[in-house]
Amino acid sequence: MRGSEASREVIRHVAIAGNPNCGKSTIFNALTGLRQKVGNYPGVTVEKKTGRFFGSHGEPMELLDLPGSYSLQVRSPDEAVARDVLLGRLPGTPRPDVIICVVDASNLERNLYLVAQMLELQIPVVVALNMVDLAEENGVIIDLMALREKLGVPVIPTVGTKGGGFIELRQAVSRSPLPLPPICAQMPIVFERETMSLAKLLPVAPEVARGEALLLLTLHEDALEAVVDHDPAIIEATRLAQRRLVAGGIDPLSAPVDARYDWIGQVCRAALHQGGGADGISISDRLDGWLTDRVWGWVAFLGVMSLMFFCIFTVAQVPMEWIREATIWLSQLVVNTLPESDLRGLLTDGVIAGVGGVVIFLPQILILYFFLGILEDTGYIARAAFIMDRLMSRVGLHGKSFIPMLSSFACAIPGIMATRTIENRKDRLVTILVAPLMSCSARLPVYALMIAVLLPVASAFEKAGILLGMYVLGIGAAFVMAWLFKKTLLRGETPMLLLEMPPYRAPAWKTIALRMWERAGLFLRRAGTVILALSILLWALATFPKPSGSSTTPGEALSQSFAGQMGHAIEPLIAPLGYDWKIGIGLIGSFAAREVFVGTMSIVYSVEDQGEAGVAALRETMAAERRPNGRPVFTPLVCLGLMVFYVLAMQCISTIAIVRRETNSWRWPLFQLGYMTSLAWVAAWVVYQGGRLLGFE
Amino acid sequence: MSEEVDVQMSGLGIGEKGRVLGFDLAPEFRSRLLEMGLTIGVEFTVVRFAPLGDPMEIKVRGYHLSLRKKEASGVRVTRL
Repeated sequence: MRGSEASREVIRHVAIAGNPNCGKSTIFNALTGLRQKVGNYPGVTVEKKTGRFFGSHGEPMELLDLPGSYSLQVRSPDEAVARDVLLGRLPGTPRPDVIICVVDASNLERNLYLVAQMLELQIPVVVALNMVDLAEENGVIIDLMALREKLGVPVIPTVGTKGGGFIELRQAVSRSPLPLPPICAQMPIVFERETMSLAKLLPVAPEVARGEALLLLTLHEDALEAVVDHDPAIIEATRLAQRRLVAGGIDPLSAPVDARYDWIGQVCRAALHQGGGADGISISDRLDGWLTDRVWGWVAFLGVMSLMFFCIFTVAQVPMEWIREATIWLSQLVVNTLPESDLRGLLTDGVIAGVGGVVIFLPQILILYFFLGILEDTGYIARAAFIMDRLMSRVGLHGKSFIPMLSSFACAIPGIMATRTIENRKDRLVTILVAPLMSCSARLPVYALMIAVLLPVASAFEKAGILLGMYVLGIGAAFVMAWLFKKTLLRGETPMLLLEMPPYRAPAWKTIALRMWERAGLFLRRAGTVILALSILLWALATFPKPSGSSTTPGEALSQSFAGQMGHAIEPLIAPLGYDWKIGIGLIGSFAAREVFVGTMSIVYSVEDQGEAGVAALRETMAAERRPNGRPVFTPLVCLGLMVFYVLAMQCISTIAIVRRETNSWRWPLFQLGYMTSLAWVAAWVVYQGGRLLGFE
Repeated sequence: MSEEVDVQMSGLGIGEKGRVLGFDLAPEFRSRLLEMGLTIGVEFTVVRFAPLGDPMEIKVRGYHLSLRKKEASGVRVTRL
């Protein structure tokens, strides 16, 4: 298998771990540069990020980036990944030979907790004491010798953003043989006895067994079965051991934690000296005084969010327009070069349109990741979650769901990609499921057309009012569905908010640029291929079978194609909503992308012109369209219902592709398609039939 | 030793200091708080409350941590 072949070339497997916000990514990027690869662990949504780097004598090594965490304790399948990697229990991921534990020098006490757990696993550890420059500025003085002595492992001061300490880091990691860490935190004797007996039962190497037994014993009973795939005998033995401990007055959940913090306390007393002003107000505190103030906090928050939204919505239009023009130019080139044929059609309407449809998302994705990078690095994102949490928790969500949902107003694709910042799997899924309900910019052409047909002589004020109504409908639906999902399908306790508010820091520009590059590439490779395939499929459906006669209009040709036949076929389904088969074709075309509706309607109603004149002509043609019984097709009620349908329906293969990628399965995107389509149908039905009942037709 | 008055963490005001005495929380919440350093006996300071009133931010073990008042009400503390 490819994985094991690649690992044979590599001399050593190194893992890098650390708390969130400790600068681990910067060190990872500095060591591996562009030699990185992102994959998935089987069965979970956690990303597997690896990279190549060279030891101090040029030996090839593989660096595995473990997800940032505060502890090795496991409460969900996603959290189990780090633990399983370190215990060597994941096939395809070799057990690391050495762990680089990145520690934030300004925050030594809490950061050492993860280190303590790492030491218990009896794998060689190298501590990277990161951001020492910032620590010095804050008056934190660390006695390196004392720290090394107390920890018993190499401690390398690093400045990740400037490359400081990397030579020593490489040396420490390249040493042969690597020394095992001495056992440091002393557990209560009774606890230690239970650990050792449990360790004997585990089917793993003895060095690892104690570490694994410790992790087992500190798991709450209910979680044991959920996250441990041991045989029932071991689970039972663990339960019994826990009960014995409780009977003896020791709480298995807190005893090890206390023991570790006791040890950390000893280490810090010896090695950590807070300079003057320990309780003083730092610059960070002063900034927070403004940024989380009851009044100014909102001003700042709305300012930042508006700026981000504005950039994604408006600034992105400039490069997006370039891409649109490039697509048209390229199509034109093909049209001029090749004779009329199916191949030409495939190239222009299938391939070029498909690729153009993928690439056009790049500006918005890059801009979003740029902002996200700055927000995360500076630490502001924690403040944003802090401010919004009360609203989000009302529907069972997390404060961190806010930014993905906001971005979805521009486009759900980068919004859904941004849900990676949400650790809790269920919350992340709920956010992904409701994000497309926030009316994205692609719906605007449809709204505009429908409003123009619906209210030809309405004032701009009335039109804006309806538009706003559509947006409000989307937001309302998103919150209601989120609440519903949290109560039923993805039932889980409202996630606990336990959010670290890191001190404000300058952003690491290189890391941000690298992440933008990485995300864009991932999008193009994974989602792009799916979108392209589906675009070609839709082109084929709309082209074949060809009409028999030679003088058919494009509208008639479309009607005889598979897409047209599907439009006729679904007519009974959409008739209760007031739609005919022509609208049906529009809906099917919109499956690819919402804005396709306008173009499809132009073809169906045989309106040749593009651009502004074309829309006006289309509007008049549609307004004049009559049913067999003489009644107009596009009554105000039908238009309103159609808009409501578009607010709620999932009509974007790009979104489906990205949800597939982010959730690592087809189950959720298909479910999303199903629930949103049903929701749209029901709502449009209610609007249409309800309106008719009330006499609006 | 002076009497330790048992109050909820959520009941403390801005700037007040406290020491953790115990927890009235479900195990999974409790273990998270413990891991983040909120162990029995640790001292902390209440820094602020969010603009909407919830969550609250405390300073503990040298760093800032926010948690909801709902969970904070499950942490028994004594004022210092």
